[in-house]
Amino acid sequence: MNQFVTPSPLLPDAQGLFGSFGGRFVAETLMPLILSLQEEYDSAKQDPDFQRELAYFQSDYVGRPSPLYFAERLTEHFGGAKIYLKREELNHTGAHKINNCIGQVLLAKRMGKKRIIAETGAGMHGVATATVAARFGLDCVVYMGSTDIERQQPNVFRMKLLGAEVIPVTSGTGTLKDAMNEALRDWVTNIDDTFYIIGTVAGPHPYPAMVRDFQAVIGHETRRQMQEKEGRLPGSLIACIGGGSNAMGLFHPFLSDESVQMIGVEAGGKGVATGQHAASLNGGTPGVLHGNRTYLLQDEDGQIIDAHSISAGLDYPGIGPEHAWLHEQGRVEYVSATDDEALEAFQICCREEGIIPALETAHALAEVAKRAPTLPRDHLMVVNLSGRGDKDMMSVAHYLGDKFQ
Amino acid sequence: MSQTNSTVGIPRIERCFAALKAQNRPALVSYLTAGDPNPEASQRLLDGLPDTGVDIIELGMPFSDPMADGPAIQKAALRALEAGQTQVKTLSMVKRFREKNRDTPIVLMGYYNPIYRYGVERFLADAAEAGVDGLIVVDIPPEHDDELCTPAARHGIDFIRLATPTTDAKRLPRVLESASGFIYYVSVAGVTGVGAATPETIKRAVDTLKRHTTLPVAVGFGIRTPEQAATIGRFSDAVVVGSALVDCIERARTADEAVESVHGLARELAQSVRRCREEQAVS
Ligand SMILES: Cc1ncc(COP(=O)(O)O)c(C=O)c1O
Repeated sequence: MNQFVTPSPLLPDAQGLFGSFGGRFVAETLMPLILSLQEEYDSAKQDPDFQRELAYFQSDYVGRPSPLYFAERLTEHFGGAKIYLKREELNHTGAHKINNCIGQVLLAKRMGKKRIIAETGAGMHGVATATVAARFGLDCVVYMGSTDIERQQPNVFRMKLLGAEVIPVTSGTGTLKDAMNEALRDWVTNIDDTFYIIGTVAGPHPYPAMVRDFQAVIGHETRRQMQEKEGRLPGSLIACIGGGSNAMGLFHPFLSDESVQMIGVEAGGKGVATGQHAASLNGGTPGVLHGNRTYLLQDEDGQIIDAHSISAGLDYPGIGPEHAWLHEQGRVEYVSATDDEALEAFQICCREEGIIPALETAHALAEVAKRAPTLPRDHLMVVNLSGRGDKDMMSVAHYLGDKFQ
Repeated sequence: MSQTNSTVGIPRIERCFAALKAQNRPALVSYLTAGDPNPEASQRLLDGLPDTGVDIIELGMPFSDPMADGPAIQKAALRALEAGQTQVKTLSMVKRFREKNRDTPIVLMGYYNPIYRYGVERFLADAAEAGVDGLIVVDIPPEHDDELCTPAARHGIDFIRLATPTTDAKRLPRVLESASGFIYYVSVAGVTGVGAATPETIKRAVDTLKRHTTLPVAVGFGIRTPEQAATIGRFSDAVVVGSALVDCIERARTADEAVESVHGLARELAQSVRRCREEQAVS
């Protein structure tokens, strides 16, 4: 990193831009809605009642704060950096996704909306959305790619139990990007009564900033907890990246702390060189999709290329615009982990810590496996344990089945 | 509409609407996706449209992720991409069309990413040279005028704005500010090819738009039949038919049948639109 950059608390600008990334690239039909959402969000942020309500649901419903846990056995296993896990998998519904859903559903209620829609990949965001919709008595429709429905069956069932309608999306490869297209089509058709809860730091402004703000509770808690436990700042933060919400939530409160290194881990699939991956920053180029300018997997003609990852939650050909900006600024380092590396790290975490992580999260752990052994014992490393792996049992059984015969 | 000295330099879209105003009839605007069902048939479809009576041609630039389109146009984009359509091929289709036709305006319609990837300046220069008259880019609102709308004006290409049922009094001035060519009123809040508003609702919206702009107002989304086209054409300056034409391609068993069927429907629509205000005067 050449020069320390001003972090993004002041970004995005009035157009929703982080440098040249972000923006509001949506159909005119949606513009008035997006502008009023922004107004509502700006006023909610200033409203002590809204903040109080949010804090209440975060603690009593979600179960926050989540522990910052010293992973003693993982630390011994890798024999280097002192590893802490930020236990987002202990939240209600088993991932960080609900931090954002609680915030957005309170906004939806404030705006008098009666119907919630969402896209989902791994199904964790879908489950979190179905959960808050049930809690607030709102109708809920979740769009999910048909490929993902197959590989995340338990979550499909959970959503249905919670009263949501799950609509299979067969266009494209039937994964997250196609689900997002379909959710946008629903939204533009049902503008009056519907609130779209986007599940990551992507989409048109104000979503990237709003989702970031709701997820930033992860980083704020980590800062306080690390201060209590170690009396100093962490040396590095590591998180996996699908659209980038769990990573942004952990990173954002530390952007001004020059000494804190940050590493985002993209899904390398079968290897970035094979073309079968979901690493938009490491293997993509700038473009415009789903309401924002960011790095995308695309061909020469600007057609979007399907992503590949063992993990449904990372299987997306784009990334949140603020990450694209932080990448170009050099503030955050973006690396990738392959399917195989993630599976290996997944098993180490199960065996050493008795924690079954989500396959998404396993990508972050794969980077820990590479990096921790090279670091001194007084280096404090925080890994965002973004979700638990119950939903992945079928997929993992498919990949590792033979081993456990 | 032959080109005379006095009209040289006047943009084709403006010239077209002026001529139709003199005839007291609305324009028929057709939409097809470039490269659908394949490049060769698509060229024949395009080249034959003026003879059917189509006044303005919208040509879709296929995109892998058409968020604002319903199933019909989504499938058209997929057919075109599978048959190897690219931005370069779409522009050369227009160029070939222009070798034989100097008068019928062509508006390219699509999403920003393929243009952005091509390079905005390079795209505009190539489009102007090919004979493109206007652009409709669904995912660039006025807030992002500096991306494409302002540069397009420098190349003499109109940037056609969409107004929608959600465009209220507060929003309208913003939409009209940088609009040129004509205003495209999207008559339903939704995707292409699904649902339709009542003529009364549409008329109210068109009247409102006309109070705020001198640009012609075209109405699209949900217009499928010659009868609907005539009803809307009585009070709007143009009617746009897209999904119904695209459906003809999907239903056809061969490329020849697709060409025949699209041109057949276009001809019926054109006749209906030509007569729509006469009937009104009589009844
Ligand atoms: C457990 C878990 N981690 C991470 C992700 C990736 O999303 P993001 O990058 O927005 O955190 C998902 C998405 O489904 C997830 O379920």
